[in-house]
Amino acid sequence: MLPMLGCATPGASAGAPHVIVIGGGFGGATCAKYLRRFDPGLRVTLVEADRQYATCPGSNWVLGGLRDMPAITQGYDALRSKHGVDVVHDTVTAVDPAARTVRLAGGQTLNYDKLVMSPGIDFRWGAIEGYDENASRRIPHAWKAGAQTALLRDQLLAMRDGGTFIVSAPGGAFRCPPGPYERVSMVAHYLKTHKPKSKILVLDTKENFSKQGLFQAGWAKRYEGMIEWVAGSKGGRVERVDVAKMAVYTEGGFTEHKGDVINIIPAQMASNLALATGLGNDEGWCPVNQATFESTKHPGVYVIGDSAIAGAMPKSGHAANNQGKMAAVAVVSAIRGYAVPEPSAVNTCYSLVAPDYGISIAAVYRLKDGALAGVQGSGGLTPADASVADLRREANYAAGWYTGITEDTWG
Amino acid sequence: MSSQRKGRVALTAFALAAMLALPAVAQAQISRAELMAVSCFACHGTDGYSTGDMPAIDGMPADEIVKAMKGYREGLKAATVMDRHAKGYSDEEIAQLANYLSKLGKKR
Repeated sequence: MLPMLGCATPGASAGAPHVIVIGGGFGGATCAKYLRRFDPGLRVTLVEADRQYATCPGSNWVLGGLRDMPAITQGYDALRSKHGVDVVHDTVTAVDPAARTVRLAGGQTLNYDKLVMSPGIDFRWGAIEGYDENASRRIPHAWKAGAQTALLRDQLLAMRDGGTFIVSAPGGAFRCPPGPYERVSMVAHYLKTHKPKSKILVLDTKENFSKQGLFQAGWAKRYEGMIEWVAGSKGGRVERVDVAKMAVYTEGGFTEHKGDVINIIPAQMASNLALATGLGNDEGWCPVNQATFESTKHPGVYVIGDSAIAGAMPKSGHAANNQGKMAAVAVVSAIRGYAVPEPSAVNTCYSLVAPDYGISIAAVYRLKDGALAGVQGSGGLTPADASVADLRREANYAAGWYTGITEDTWG
Repeated sequence: MSSQRKGRVALTAFALAAMLALPAVAQAQISRAELMAVSCFACHGTDGYSTGDMPAIDGMPADEIVKAMKGYREGLKAATVMDRHAKGYSDEEIAQLANYLSKLGKKR
């Protein structure tokens, strides 16, 4: 016991209940921090492969030239020094829910009392013929921020004026529903400013998209004639990619679209690690008790963030942050033998149509018939008739949101 | 080592053990007010202490929080997004939130 006195980390004692959190994104980092805030008597270990975390929110702003990569990159120092979280930079190779162990690539095996997994998404490679991880080095997805974001940004910088930028947007459940369309907006802003003869072709798998009316009104106002959006049934569904030709094919391969820069946002599923652990359902996502985020497949394992099925909550950084707190409450309550308070969560997603033109969608969630659902009459979109001043305010709040949530998550 | 000193060492070790074990024993149940309040911190900063363009809410008195939230909810107070949020809370929930948040005090 006595050596604890000289211990610099304000962590809990060796005999304390041990919670492991896998994944240091919005969900995992928040959960680790709030576990320690709610109960300083817990030992909390966060396992995250990377020492620096580039956030997906803000990555479209990098593509638009509004921010640089360091401005959307977070670290883990505060989790260690301010909150006493033991942060381990390693890759999880296997989880054994029966033995309650986590195996790391570095060779270590960690034991836990409770496990929280916030592992994000993985891609359904092969859903589009010819598009796999190797192809993404030439035709980026940029749907996990970092090197992929920088690659797409570099390609846009190198593109000729008068070139075509093609975006393929996915169907099904995917990370950040308004994200592809904020991306289109931000690239349009960059092109309008620097390469105004260029075009953007959005090939969508879906028939409609998040904040569609607001985005399309904004595009008409700010980028008239630059953006063409094609619905899935009208030839938007990309079926094949030819990397060497820089072309994508739709409508049974009969229509070819050539791009100077192409961005394929692939179909998604829960992370491979979550699925390999047996936490997924037939659709490739992880069902949980939506009051606690405890897996319905493996009790004692909690799944939060993009991998989880969370009712009406979208796969967003904000939702993951809130789910991290809900899971932290549930884990502390389970360990201490308390009832879990009635769930409450929110989501707020800002998108920039232009640097001075912000729009948002918001919701407050409660548990209804076992699923998280928006409170009737609350939430919704920026009004279609919002004033120019309000759109400008929302653009400022988008930046404010980024500061607030990243401090709340990693600070 | 005298028996007196030995006794002190034992006592210290005991006190330390008790101290370390204390959070485990004394950990209070997390209230619904706290669960609701922490959801606000995603935008307004942890404990309501915002350093960015979102308004800070740390140190805001309970009656002001109630007045603002009801104002947003009833459309009496201008808002961009808080009107959409406020409509998600009952009078009782707003009172619980305000009570919890106001007790956190001003951070800086």
